[in-house]
Amino acid sequence: MPAYLIRRFAFLVLSLVVALVVIFVLLRLLPGDPANALLSVNATPEQIAAARAQVGSDRPLAEQFATWAGQMLRFDLGESYISGLPVLPEVLARLQITLPLTVLGFLLALAIALVAGVAAAVGSNRWYGTLLNGFAQVGIAIPVFWIGIILVWVFALQLGMLPSGGFPRDDWEAPGDALTALTLPIITIAVVMSASLTRYVRAATLDVLGSGYLRTARAGGAGMAQALWRHGVRNGSVPVIAILGIELSTTLLGAVVIESVFTLPGLGNMLLDAIAQHDYPNIQGILVVSTLFVLLVGFAADIAQRLVDPRLRLSVSGNR
Amino acid sequence: MSDTAPVQVTEIPDAAAAARRPRRRSRRAVLVIGCVLTASVILLALVSLVWLPFPQSDTSGTRLEGPGAEHWLGTDKLGRDLMTQLMIGARIALVVGLGSVAIAAVLGLTLGLIAAFAWPWLDDTLSAALDVIIAFPVLLLAMLVVAVQGASLWSAILAIGLAQSAVVARLVRILARRVLGEQFVTASRTSGTRWPGVVGGHILPNIAPMLGVNLALQFGIAVLAEASLSYLGLGAPPPNASWGRMLFEAQGTVLTAPVGAIAPGIALVVLVLGVNFIADGLRDVADPTRRHG
Repeated sequence: MPAYLIRRFAFLVLSLVVALVVIFVLLRLLPGDPANALLSVNATPEQIAAARAQVGSDRPLAEQFATWAGQMLRFDLGESYISGLPVLPEVLARLQITLPLTVLGFLLALAIALVAGVAAAVGSNRWYGTLLNGFAQVGIAIPVFWIGIILVWVFALQLGMLPSGGFPRDDWEAPGDALTALTLPIITIAVVMSASLTRYVRAATLDVLGSGYLRTARAGGAGMAQALWRHGVRNGSVPVIAILGIELSTTLLGAVVIESVFTLPGLGNMLLDAIAQHDYPNIQGILVVSTLFVLLVGFAADIAQRLVDPRLRLSVSGNR
Repeated sequence: MSDTAPVQVTEIPDAAAAARRPRRRSRRAVLVIGCVLTASVILLALVSLVWLPFPQSDTSGTRLEGPGAEHWLGTDKLGRDLMTQLMIGARIALVVGLGSVAIAAVLGLTLGLIAAFAWPWLDDTLSAALDVIIAFPVLLLAMLVVAVQGASLWSAILAIGLAQSAVVARLVRILARRVLGEQFVTASRTSGTRWPGVVGGHILPNIAPMLGVNLALQFGIAVLAEASLSYLGLGAPPPNASWGRMLFEAQGTVLTAPVGAIAPGIALVVLVLGVNFIADGLRDVADPTRRHG
């Protein structure tokens, strides 16, 4: 385990460096000069030079990267070109909406998927198993924002049960209002994410159901529920945990889209504004933070997988 | 395989067999349904090339009209015919899927084969880089590229294809490695075949079925990713409305004209479900370990 931990941590650091290089290269090389955002169309050469010096885009790229990566790793994300405000506090403020949306949506999706997936596997040759599997199949083919639109139409506009969008101005001062605002978005995310999770849980459960150890346990007199609980849960959870990391990252991206459906002033909303205004400090700030999220979640998922499965824990070589 | 009649000789009370039996029987049905769903979208796109109910930029209709004899699906808030837009959207969705998958296939095959054949250090480096890229949701990478390149259909296709090529490359590497370990490769090499001959004669034919299944899945992911990009305003700008853009425009008028917010969504589900079903149906044919399950 310690050997694997070191290896996996080294990979985390390597990933972070690669990701930083990619973000830097994409944002600095492909477009025009980042200084352009500060300039008007008919800027004089002197103004251009001044802007380049201010942004730092007149120095060698390697030097720019070193300076920039150092700042990023110290969470010095710079200031917005447009508003002049520091990026980090803004990102953290937006996370107050995006993070609960992501985490609560994901947990709800996971809860649905565990029940639906096990039921779909146990009843795979009954009508309800087929039905649940069908729902999951259709679910992975549905764009997340479309579910949002339909739910708004039915529950907000037709039935008037929940708000169709927006977030209380005073954020979480009144937690009840904030949660009400997030209810439909969370349900939207949960519906879509539970579809793919259900398929993984179902596949893992089917594997367990077909295993020799389960048959042995049953032959030894254990009931189906008891055998599944004692032997199935831990074995079955290994492949599911393996994909939880990527699914959680996908949920974060889903949240970004969902915020747009429900006009929530979260991270996704900030990213879209930044893209529209070519506000590169904001774009890179959001990318760096979400990259860190994706990488740390992947790291945690891999470690969790080792903790659950002693066979993986013993192998030093990693999982490649 | 599905060519032989689904005869069950003896019923063995094995949970796994019991679990798979209905799946296997319905395998062919899934493939057929997938083909029908996909073909309906292809048909819509092909017809749109030679005939459209109304000219693309025709705004003569009454605004937000419901479905009727003249406008089959009604009109949008500018009075444009929704059926016309839906048909053009089918064209765009197919172009996005095919374009992204083509990029992913070419780049993924090249990178994957290089990794499979390369010295260990290069293989390790490539694999680590691919793992980093795979850790990111396709949509995030696509948003990054579009943020930089500006919103257009081609930057969306390019971005999605690039992101997916990492997944394809990793699959190709694993599959190619497996084939390289086979004795027929050794035999072929011993009898004087050069490596390019081995790649063309043994590796590509052996990895093609599983690769095809994966590319079909990537097709669906690409269509969904483009729809999200368009919905967010990062896809093709109007009037080349993709289904995602149509949904964005119809969202505000869902109460007065619900069809506009429903039809493009159903079209998306039909296409993505169709290719997913095809992939599912083909997997049994492609993967021998599942065939006798």
